Amino acid sequence: MIRIEKLNKAFGKLKVLNDVNLEFQKGRVISLIGPNGSGKTTLIKSILGLTIPDSGDILLNGKSILKDFHYRNSVGYMPQIGRYPEHMKIHQVFEMMKDLRSTQTLLDEEIIGEFGLNSLLEKRMGTLSGGTRQKVSASLAFLFNPLLLILDEPTAGLDPVATEHLKNKILKKKNEGALILITSHNMSEVEELADRVVFLVDGTIRFNLSVEEIKNDSGETRLGKALAKRLEGGVYA
Amino acid sequence: MRKVLKYVIYDVFRSKMLIGYTLLLFAMCSGMYYLGSGDSKTTVSLLHIVLLVVPLISIIFGTIHYYNSREFIELLMAQPIRRRRILLGEYFGITFSLSVALLIGLGVPIALWDFSESSLILLLVGVLLTFIFTALAFLASVRSADKARGIGSALLLWFYFSVIYDALVLWLLSSFSDYPLEKPVLILTAFNPIDLGRVMVLLKLDTSALMGYTGALYLDFFGSGAGILYSLALLLVWLILPLIFSVKIFAKKDM
Amino acid sequence: MLRLLVLFLTLFIYGNASARKFTIGKNGTVVSIKDALKIAAEGDEIQLLPGIYAEGEIVIDKRIILSGTNESILDGGHSASVLLIRSNGVTIRGITIQNCGYSDIREFAGIRLENVNRCIIEGNKLFNNYFGIYLANSHHCRILNNRVEGLAKTETSSGNGIHLWKSEYNLLVGNHVSGHRDGIYFEFVKHSSVISNFSEKNLRYGLHFMFSDDDSYRYNIFRNNGSGVAVMYTRHVNMDHNRFEYNWGSAAYGLLLKEISYSRINNNIFFTNTTGLYMEGSNQTIVENNDFVKNGWGLRILGDCFDDTIRSNNFRGNTFDVATNAVRSMNVFNSNYWDQYSGYDLNHDRIGDVPYHPVSLYSKITEESPFALMLLHSFFVNLMDQAEKVVPTITPEAFKDDSPLMKPLRNDTY
Repeated sequence: MIRIEKLNKAFGKLKVLNDVNLEFQKGRVISLIGPNGSGKTTLIKSILGLTIPDSGDILLNGKSILKDFHYRNSVGYMPQIGRYPEHMKIHQVFEMMKDLRSTQTLLDEEIIGEFGLNSLLEKRMGTLSGGTRQKVSASLAFLFNPLLLILDEPTAGLDPVATEHLKNKILKKKNEGALILITSHNMSEVEELADRVVFLVDGTIRFNLSVEEIKNDSGETRLGKALAKRLEGGVYA
Repeated sequence: MRKVLKYVIYDVFRSKMLIGYTLLLFAMCSGMYYLGSGDSKTTVSLLHIVLLVVPLISIIFGTIHYYNSREFIELLMAQPIRRRRILLGEYFGITFSLSVALLIGLGVPIALWDFSESSLILLLVGVLLTFIFTALAFLASVRSADKARGIGSALLLWFYFSVIYDALVLWLLSSFSDYPLEKPVLILTAFNPIDLGRVMVLLKLDTSALMGYTGALYLDFFGSGAGILYSLALLLVWLILPLIFSVKIFAKKDM
Repeated sequence: MLRLLVLFLTLFIYGNASARKFTIGKNGTVVSIKDALKIAAEGDEIQLLPGIYAEGEIVIDKRIILSGTNESILDGGHSASVLLIRSNGVTIRGITIQNCGYSDIREFAGIRLENVNRCIIEGNKLFNNYFGIYLANSHHCRILNNRVEGLAKTETSSGNGIHLWKSEYNLLVGNHVSGHRDGIYFEFVKHSSVISNFSEKNLRYGLHFMFSDDDSYRYNIFRNNGSGVAVMYTRHVNMDHNRFEYNWGSAAYGLLLKEISYSRINNNIFFTNTTGLYMEGSNQTIVENNDFVKNGWGLRILGDCFDDTIRSNNFRGNTFDVATNAVRSMNVFNSNYWDQYSGYDLNHDRIGDVPYHPVSLYSKITEESPFALMLLHSFFVNLMDQAEKVVPTITPEAFKDDSPLMKPLRNDTY
């Protein structure tokens, strides 16, 4: 569904993405992990069109996205920190997004209800807590029934109940055939959701394996330990 | 663009800074009319305010708004919207809001006390300076990812056009006072939108007589209908060039 | 003809015992003024009934009184002067005189006096004449309460409202002059006074003085003339209680002094002129108790002026208080009120404790490079002037008022 070919990006002298090649099929959850500054965010932003790569290509269903913006009709994005016009109410933010996308697709408002946002619709964005704003961000990401979902640290700041709702929603979307890219530091979450794990260091892919492969290789039953073992062992490091 | 613009206006209209700006302008201008003698001297005082405050507020408001909206702009960029439309939407949202503030803060006192050609030109110059300095603010903002640097370079731009440029001009004119300076004087005016706006208003006031031969030269050049069009066109260039550069940079910008 | 003969005989019979009075007009005793002048004797009065009299140039060579109402109109028909006075002691009172001729060589006037003494020109209305009232080599005359209105379009094709040449001991009171080249013009005029006149909308000067010593002008209003009032090459002039106002244009002055000495300028108001008072080559002149209000330049004093005293004046709301091209001041400034003064008065003697420098840095710069005026009212220029005021470094040190007043003076002005 998505293919990334020889993607390179440098900020000044700093190479952030180094010949990245990846390919994912639909109906999967992919977890991007790596230390800070490893290039995860740049990779996501390249797919979203927020960052423009120096060379290489990104193909969505066989079509390059680099000079196009229409593909974003089928992309949902939840940023790590969402900030919205302060004086706008929650329902106005939803309406604005619907208006801006002027989409004919069916809307998926399920998670808005699950997050309990319906009772907060009249609140202004500037008065919301970080967690509630994350709920709004997540709701917006799912709202337009995207084929590709990009979630940047989605559960950071969410309360446990909301986190559960979000996880369920992610799995549901996966089963409906969407491709979901998640960056996360939370290994139990990765274990719970991900089909594959992509590990980036200094803009280079150190490995791209399924969760089972990682566990089997290390003989550990828990992903976190398996990963730690793998990294300490220096097999790929 | 119109959709983005709509939401920017909605948001900015509720900001305290914009309301404060409107009230500040209104208080200062009404005060001038109330305390002043209501003749061209008052218009000159208003001119001082417009030339100092409008560019400064526009450039500060423009940069601060841009940096505060960065995450929102990023979110918009992840939507199926052309980048150009996002930036232009933000730009016209700000300029529209600031112009409304100016039209209320300055326009209402003018309508109440001195509805004259010179005051209307002053208002027009104020609106144009709002557009120009917001464009410069956006140029400074899109060029720099760092908020402090962005605001710093915006303030530097303002300082350049308000102070440094005129200081250089004064130095040039007094160093070369033995040479024929008719053409340089006209050209030097065109290279600073604040100076251009000031001359446009002064020429509509009897104060222009004080400019003596220079004033006669200006009147000859800018005073006619064609001259007004010419200076308006120049101000539009000052608006469009930074805006085009901003859009160009923004289109290739990494968030 | 018979009627004239009868009249003539009648007059002859009743003789010269006392001044007689003729009425002129269709219903009068005589039809034409010229006929009446033929038969009139010294001291007689010729009274014009309402009507238009177009008799060409009328020469008055007898000591008579010519009077009428404002509807008594003498029309020169654009040929020559309308009234030419060649006798002493003539009085012209209350008539309207219009349309004298125009010539490049001869200076025609509505009323022209040549080589006469003690004439009175009073309460007349002069309209659309080349020169209005013209005194050539005439003395001890009184020009009172006339209204002189021209339709001047260019300086070269128009004459002056009230013009005096080589005349002494004359008095001009209460005249209203407008629409001429110069409103009132004096050349080689001595010992004369100009009082309570109103001169406005003249193309060049409201009042123009040249080579005219020992004159005074007081309580006049000079408003909205091309370049205000000019006093040139003259000594011992007193100018007081006048108003110089609304003389606004790129080269307009309230009062322009050129080569003036031993004169006094006091209790005048200079209001809304491009330059209030302009002094060139003036010395030993005292400028005192005047109000300089809302002028572009309040006072412009050139480097060739010396020993002048500028004291006890108010300077308020001028864009520039004082401008000069001089490096050193050879004139004295003291005890003036300057509204731009920002000093303090610790000992409460109503005199500021720090001197005021009335020549701003920007005004100094523009004097040397006039193109710098393109920055008029720019933020930088204001900033620079404020800085210079705090720490004077460039403005001429000697140009200062050591005793600036904290409060404006209440000057006795008109």
